[in-house]
Amino acid sequence: MRIKFPLRRRDAPADAWTKCPSCDSQIFSKQLERNLRVCPTCGHHFRMSIGERIDLLLDEGSFVERDAGLTSGDPLAFHDQKPYPDRLEAATLKTGLREAAVWGTGRIEGYPVAIGLFDFRFMGGSMGSVVGEKVARCFETALTERIPALIVAASGGARMQEGTLSLLQLAKTTAPLARMDMAGVPFISLLTDPTTGGVLASFASLGDVIVAEPRALIGFAGARVASGTVGEELPEGFQTSEFLLEHGFVDLVVARSDLRAELAALLRVLQPAPMDVDWAQGDQRGWGPIGVLSGFAERLGGAVSETIGIDVKPEDEGGSNGNGPTRDRTHRAESERP
Amino acid sequence: MSDLLPADLEAIRNAEPGQEAIDAAWHRVQLARHPQRPRTLDLAARMFEGFVELHGDRSFREDPAIVGGPALLDGRPVMVIGHQKGIDTESNIFRNFGSPHPEGFRKAQRLMRLAEKLAMPVITFLDTAGAFPGPAAEERGQAEAIATSIKLMTGLQVPIVVVIVGEGGSGGALAIGVGDVVLALENAVYSVISPEGCASILWRDPEKAPIAAAAMRMTAADQLALGVIDGIIEEPSDGAQADPAAAARAIKSAVLEALSGIGQVTPEALLTSRYARLRSIGLVIEAPGEQAPPLQPVTLRRRIGRVLRLPGVPRPPRWSEIWPSTDDEANEGDE
Repeated sequence: MRIKFPLRRRDAPADAWTKCPSCDSQIFSKQLERNLRVCPTCGHHFRMSIGERIDLLLDEGSFVERDAGLTSGDPLAFHDQKPYPDRLEAATLKTGLREAAVWGTGRIEGYPVAIGLFDFRFMGGSMGSVVGEKVARCFETALTERIPALIVAASGGARMQEGTLSLLQLAKTTAPLARMDMAGVPFISLLTDPTTGGVLASFASLGDVIVAEPRALIGFAGARVASGTVGEELPEGFQTSEFLLEHGFVDLVVARSDLRAELAALLRVLQPAPMDVDWAQGDQRGWGPIGVLSGFAERLGGAVSETIGIDVKPEDEGGSNGNGPTRDRTHRAESERP
Repeated sequence: MSDLLPADLEAIRNAEPGQEAIDAAWHRVQLARHPQRPRTLDLAARMFEGFVELHGDRSFREDPAIVGGPALLDGRPVMVIGHQKGIDTESNIFRNFGSPHPEGFRKAQRLMRLAEKLAMPVITFLDTAGAFPGPAAEERGQAEAIATSIKLMTGLQVPIVVVIVGEGGSGGALAIGVGDVVLALENAVYSVISPEGCASILWRDPEKAPIAAAAMRMTAADQLALGVIDGIIEEPSDGAQADPAAAARAIKSAVLEALSGIGQVTPEALLTSRYARLRSIGLVIEAPGEQAPPLQPVTLRRRIGRVLRLPGVPRPPRWSEIWPSTDDEANEGDE
């Protein structure tokens, strides 16, 4: 007969150490967590969960999840080695997520964003109807609220278990981007390891700015497919972030420790276009440095010297970086005029 | 995830589509890939007058896997764009078996912008196993080319009619396959990944392609039921390859009908309905639910207490505690 131990046993020490797949060194798991899941020896970026991403990128307590209740059906009654609903359930048990993507609104260093995040552990981060819907709603909210959109992609591509319905998510997630182009709302795409297939062949490649984490696998077809089809030797560093940077498909490769600051720096200069621009009237919203300064001067009155500095604080002076259209500035100017 | 495999594998096998359905689906795949099936250039000659093929993407090179140019459809100027497979080994090598490189999609984009400029409807013919996955294609941005093509089509201010003629293979097909009306020939197929690719990933055996074909519901009839396409064009009884002229006539009348169905609309109305069509595709089960971090008012005592880690001042839970990461390989390699 088994004797039950009265105290709860500590977790097995098996997960106390993590092996780095890049340099084979053993890392104490707690240390890995503290180091933002980056190998302290070689700088290998481990994959992150959605929760860790939110904590990494967004201001504490600012994230509000939207459409948390969306779940997938089984439109094709798809069976491979096991039924699709079973796979969904297993993924939910493993990750605590209802789907491979989560979206919501939050702030990065004070700048509001509509943010969508992928978790590769949920069926390879694959995009089915629900993931596509969440991405589309993220863009649509960015559009109506006129805040920048940010998607943190990590996906194997379209979800085979939903057949062409998944394929059409490429178009569903891309269509709002055409509207955002017209409306002047920016979209930043952050590519993490791995971003491939249908997700890369749709919105992820269409960021106004595309940022990638170092040495992430980013490509259209799997490297195995690419070499198998052609029987060619693959070039050095094929389908990595650095490869894409070299070939002109990525703007920035940013280490995880700098990611938040870099995104904030981008958001500071990439704000939605003001809706009431009158290009004909140079003095309304000037073009070029002098025009901008004098435009501000008119609107802000006495507040000029404080506002037009290099280190403008986003929360205090939302107007000065174009955040929240001109109206904000006028309000401020009026309220500051006693 | 093998720990979650049901014990009774036999039951799962029985739940797979029946042999009859598998054979039927595979037969359609074979027909869709038939070497004698009418191709875009063939259809361009039979359906239109005055077709002039235009070449080159104005950036890198000409890609013969996608062809296109302006033509007259019953006297009305239209832009014809389509994949082009070869008919024998030599022409297939020239056409890269109908699998475009990024240049092909960029040529298509160029032609679509020209169509928009001159207010010509766009008619596209889909017939590809997929976009070419080679290293050169990756270097020149295959994913970006497809994505840009799709985005261009979602916002193109002229009517777009898409006809799936043979294989509608994944992103390479969708890149010229976003439209106001999407039609398919009776024996055409449309899929997110080739049945061979799906079988080798999910069954770990490419020989299971017929089962994958049935499971993915690639046939035109299934696609109609799923709402991915809007109509089916009947083929001659032995298939389009037996009588290409009759097939071309059937496609022509279906395209004319689709264009007259779109009728006189403003570009805004056209784009609104195209957007609504795309937004409605897919199955989404909506339950109420919103998740916000549990917030506590931040008082001075709390703030100091949190820094000094005083007892009775709990830190609010962080998102990484709600959704932590687990370190195990979860490779669900999808398309």
